[in-house]
Amino acid sequence: MIDLMVHLLFLLLLPPLLMGIINKTKAGFAGRRGAPLLQRYYDILKLLRKGMVLSATTTWVFQAGPLITLIAVLLAGLLVPLGSSPALFSFTGDFLLFAYLFGLARFFTTSAALDTGSAFEGMGASREVTFAVLTEPAMFFAFLVLARLSASLSLAGMLHSRFVALDYPGSVAPMVMILLGLFIVFLAENSRIPVDDPTTHLELTMIHEVMVLDHSGPLLGVIEYASALKFFVLGSVLINIVMPLYTDRPWLNWLMFTSGMIGLAFLVGTIESITGRLRLPRVPALLIVAVLLCSSAFVILLR
Amino acid sequence: MNQQSAKLAAIANGEAISLNEIPFLELLDFQQTISSGVNRGQRVSALFGAATAEPELTFLYVVLADDEENHLHVGRTEVKGASFPSLTPHCPQVHLFEREIAEQFGLKAIGHPWFKPVRYCHSWTGRDAWERPAEAAIQPAVGDFYRVAGEQVHEVAVGPVHAGVIEPGHFRFQCHGEEVMHLEIALGFQHRGVEKALSGGPDARSLHLIETLAGDTTIGHTIAYAQIIEALSHTQKPVRAQALRGIALELERLANHVGDLGALAGDVGFLPTASFCGRIRGEFLNLTAYLCGNRFGRGLVQPGGVGFDLDQRGIEEMLRRIEILRKESSDAINLLWENQSVMARFEDTGRLAETLAVELGIVGPAGRASGLMRDVRYDHPSGIFRFAQMPISTYDSGDVFGRAYVRWMEIQQSIAFIVEQLKNLPAGKVRLLPGALQSETLAVALSEGWRGEICQVALTDAGGRFARYKIVDPSFHNWFALAQVLRNQEISDFPLCNKSFNLSYCGHDL
Repeated sequence: MIDLMVHLLFLLLLPPLLMGIINKTKAGFAGRRGAPLLQRYYDILKLLRKGMVLSATTTWVFQAGPLITLIAVLLAGLLVPLGSSPALFSFTGDFLLFAYLFGLARFFTTSAALDTGSAFEGMGASREVTFAVLTEPAMFFAFLVLARLSASLSLAGMLHSRFVALDYPGSVAPMVMILLGLFIVFLAENSRIPVDDPTTHLELTMIHEVMVLDHSGPLLGVIEYASALKFFVLGSVLINIVMPLYTDRPWLNWLMFTSGMIGLAFLVGTIESITGRLRLPRVPALLIVAVLLCSSAFVILLR
Repeated sequence: MNQQSAKLAAIANGEAISLNEIPFLELLDFQQTISSGVNRGQRVSALFGAATAEPELTFLYVVLADDEENHLHVGRTEVKGASFPSLTPHCPQVHLFEREIAEQFGLKAIGHPWFKPVRYCHSWTGRDAWERPAEAAIQPAVGDFYRVAGEQVHEVAVGPVHAGVIEPGHFRFQCHGEEVMHLEIALGFQHRGVEKALSGGPDARSLHLIETLAGDTTIGHTIAYAQIIEALSHTQKPVRAQALRGIALELERLANHVGDLGALAGDVGFLPTASFCGRIRGEFLNLTAYLCGNRFGRGLVQPGGVGFDLDQRGIEEMLRRIEILRKESSDAINLLWENQSVMARFEDTGRLAETLAVELGIVGPAGRASGLMRDVRYDHPSGIFRFAQMPISTYDSGDVFGRAYVRWMEIQQSIAFIVEQLKNLPAGKVRLLPGALQSETLAVALSEGWRGEICQVALTDAGGRFARYKIVDPSFHNWFALAQVLRNQEISDFPLCNKSFNLSYCGHDL
């Protein structure tokens, strides 16, 4: 019971902190002091208190987009095991729901973008769905590998059992491969460098940011929060794969999980500090690498 | 030289010539002389109109730069009535000059392939080349744009309000998917009427108008202006002042080039160089502030010399700071060339072919990155550059990498130049007050601003006041090159291409 409470608390409160850690890391590499760690919380609270400008050309879709995205990502967050907690609810095949909750979020984000009728937002939506075509199969192949190794068809079973590589030497290679593949998917889904640049102000190069250009005030706050949440939920899948060795002490499990998430944010910040962005037409090539890694992992496992 | 250029008067950079010594040609002869000069490798530095006492008569003046022979050719002609045949189909370099003449004097350029206003303002003569009513307001970027039609072709309009804090300009892309088929740039949002405000001068405002033509090129423009006044008043500026001007000009180049390289890194999401260069740019600006108290060098260059001197302690302090900056900028910028992800973005993006650069008369680092040996400091040296030669830094790729790398080479040369000048600063005064200006005279001054050639031309009236003051900012030549390199590029690479040119809106709009 306590674990479930902690699960909810972490899910709701922790994500903006990770954004702060990424930005601190980037500032450190650049020789700057950077914004406070808690800046994203301040930003979201500030936005929620603000007024909102709505374009006359938009419809309810424009306003529903961010809200449905937030709900979808929150629901997905209930399906993954975090730290010492198994998922809040779990059933056979819930990984399909997990994947398509993100699909639903994407559908509404892009629809809200198209709803504005702006040329920029249309371009952003087109890029977003083009890349999603490649991230989705990579994610499914990775889940298939996990399902086979854990003999379970629920996320809780796949990610929160002690099957792991250690028991079965043949599974080390597939695990490493899906980990790399999922990491690429993770960067792409969260619009991080090298796929997208979350800090750019150049509207013609953006993918995610350009789709939310017309949102303001509370809706923008919801979008900021949902994107931090998405980072947290997808990141927790990675952390569960890297650190499946849970101890009997819940506090230690939570500590391990939290430090894992902080480490992940630090890693993302480091990557963003030392590499540039890919040229947009090259992004699919990177995503195809992710698909190939995950599908080959599955093939190796089947043999 | 053959007879074609003998038709024009040859003068050097920073020289004045009496108006009646300037050869007067018939319009067609004038145009032929321009186009044959351009065919022989000369450049149109300026082509502009000047009103006369008769409303039906407009004079046109041309300044052709001959980089090989190191002098300038000046000529004039007259246009009767409200139109003239366009030279653009035979000599593309003059396309924007002709549009400007049409806009300022209400003269139709018959046969111009893309006859549109430049800055969207009313003409000075009351005539209008597009027959717009005189009382109607003219809005920038309103009107027809080049359009591509067809399935999956879409139009993207960017600006004049941008997502970043930059100057206003309107960009109209015709795209097929992510690929740009054509880009048209409409400027004029920053038009303040500087040329008009300068006529009747020089007065107390003139220098300040020049200083704020393009805020990031204050030194480059004020040097050209000072040269004009000095040429017209026969003032011999002190050699110490010349050296200090050279130092300030190179500091301005350093600050902007370093800032540009940082911004290029930022555009591809490469943070270390972006952050370091942002700070180092500030340090170079602070050096200019150390010279004169203003980071952009306002008040430093004055007609007749400079407004501020440097004592021995100041020289040592500047040398000390420059040595630190030499190391820091080298560390920060070399990260770019070593990083594969950055190079993958820079190389082969926004390629400007040498032939196109020649045809359009591209100046500055953008031209030099396409292999053009063009640098006013070398080709038409004035001031300190007659004594201390600056080598030309060129590259042959013409892409974003070329434009970035030329900047880096120039940064190194500028630092070496400043150190050398500081160590050998000539003694003496820093300013002589210029006297009255010679009447009925034309003076031309070129200076190599960090974006490229700045050309200023002044015509004085019988009383020694400016009858016409013409300013050509390097951006005026180069904006069209940006539109050209975008063809068949990814639209997502536009910001990177744009930054690699980093052109001035206010310098163009005047």
